Amino acid sequence: MGKEGRKFDTKIQYLKYKVLREVARIAFEGDEFELANSFNDIAKVVAPGPKATMRCCIYKERAIIAERIKMACGGDKTNPNVIEVIDIACDECPASGYQVSQDCRGCIAHRCEDVCKRDAITFDENQKAHIDKSKCVDCGACAKVCPYSAISNYKRPCEKACKIKAISMKNDEMRAAHINNDKCISCGACEYMCPFGAIVDKSYILDVISILKKSEKNTKYKTYAVVAPSISSQFTYAKLGQVIAAIKELGFYSVVEAALGADIVSYYEAQELAEKGFLTSSCCPAFVDYIHKSFPQLADKISHNLSPMAAIAKYIKDNDPDCKIVFIGPCTAKKKEIQQERVGAVIDSVLTFEELQALFDSRDMDLSELPEDVLDNASYFGRIFARSGGLRDSVAQSIKEQNLDVEYNPIACDGIEECRLALLKANKGILPNNFIEGMACVGGCIGGAGCLTHEARDKAEVDKYGKEAMEKTITEAISILK
Amino acid sequence: MKVTVCIGSSCHLKGSRQIVERLQALIAEKDLKEKVELSGKFCMGNCQNGVCVTVDDELFSVSPETVDEFFQTNILAKV
Repeated sequence: MGKEGRKFDTKIQYLKYKVLREVARIAFEGDEFELANSFNDIAKVVAPGPKATMRCCIYKERAIIAERIKMACGGDKTNPNVIEVIDIACDECPASGYQVSQDCRGCIAHRCEDVCKRDAITFDENQKAHIDKSKCVDCGACAKVCPYSAISNYKRPCEKACKIKAISMKNDEMRAAHINNDKCISCGACEYMCPFGAIVDKSYILDVISILKKSEKNTKYKTYAVVAPSISSQFTYAKLGQVIAAIKELGFYSVVEAALGADIVSYYEAQELAEKGFLTSSCCPAFVDYIHKSFPQLADKISHNLSPMAAIAKYIKDNDPDCKIVFIGPCTAKKKEIQQERVGAVIDSVLTFEELQALFDSRDMDLSELPEDVLDNASYFGRIFARSGGLRDSVAQSIKEQNLDVEYNPIACDGIEECRLALLKANKGILPNNFIEGMACVGGCIGGAGCLTHEARDKAEVDKYGKEAMEKTITEAISILK
Repeated sequence: MKVTVCIGSSCHLKGSRQIVERLQALIAEKDLKEKVELSGKFCMGNCQNGVCVTVDDELFSVSPETVDEFFQTNILAKV
């Protein structure tokens, strides 16, 4: 991938980034008319040819790039979901479910047959197993008992990644993946796992660039960037202060920590818990959406607080009503969250770290050359919201600081499967805990689909950044806002 | 009278919280809550001279050490 590509976990992220970067380059320098005419220029940069390197031929590669350009420009406006499938990019995966491989030895035991409750296993003249797909329900019991591990699940990576089963295959010739919007929580897990980059989050970089340009260097109105604390584990090739300087160099007036919003949320969520006795967290939009869509009977247990992003943005907008605010974070679901009226009223647009990298490079910035700016608004506890367990610890601290009379018995769930288990128990009234910290991504926000890197050391980076905060308590951090 | 304290990162590191807290206390002490509206702003674009404080759009540079004197001269005397 070269030096540039090493900024990303996967080559797919790198590919998407190149399209975003080229679109941003034209948008910064030209206008919409120019963008409409620049398909060929962008295609030549991303897929230079003449030989195809990713698909069957250069024409298909470029056809897919045309679709990627569309996603970089906001995607399908008629689809409310922020995650979409590029149909023509999705045709390479086997999707046949459980299959018997060549490794079947034709044994005598036939454990696979015994365990199958649907009588879907038959044997040929060599005693080798076959699965009757008209009977099989893909339960996987046969695969578990085969002593040769000869039965595998040929499930698409996107389907495997989607733990809430919002992805199915279209019933046509192409068998492209299809996202069920009634179930999808826009967490981006499928997008991160798709080896062909066929699932993409809509990008609003054009909106952001337009906001920045129309502000005329922050003279018409000011544009604020609210950055998620997980930024501390990203852009590892530069210092955080240089990243902040680069954000301002793009044209943002000021950079504010979403973690200060997390301090606000923690402070009031602790009070809400004391009042209600049972609560689920409000900060992960995918988790909140999951409760609304799959556990609507528990919706009244969701904290009424805004998310940290929206809480701090509300403060900024209350004090500067004409300003524009862009959230920059690891999250694709935040793009969906701003469709809610009370959130959209304070947040004008959302960027992922992936997109921020594309914007930096579209301006040919060398971050390592920039002076270090500062970022310090929040407390340690607000900053650790970026990783699983941070919100849990922060609410404990808020209860302590406010001397609230409540017995606190929290559970921190990361990954939607853990969330699901806790919610199932809560629904039956058998959950021993009275507070659920729910994060749709494994590891918390540092595992978000819009992150540049997803590494084991990311948690340590967040904790280190947390400890660098000047304010040591939540009460002190938010006292500045009163 | 509108008093705005910069609470952007740079000023925060130079002590804007202490200034906000002290001004709140002084305003309460002198019973000026009705007359002085205290608010915060994330950056006033004058980071070198922080902590920045504006009184009805007039810009001042204040530190936790000078906040009492600032209050006497620029808020109490003018309100």
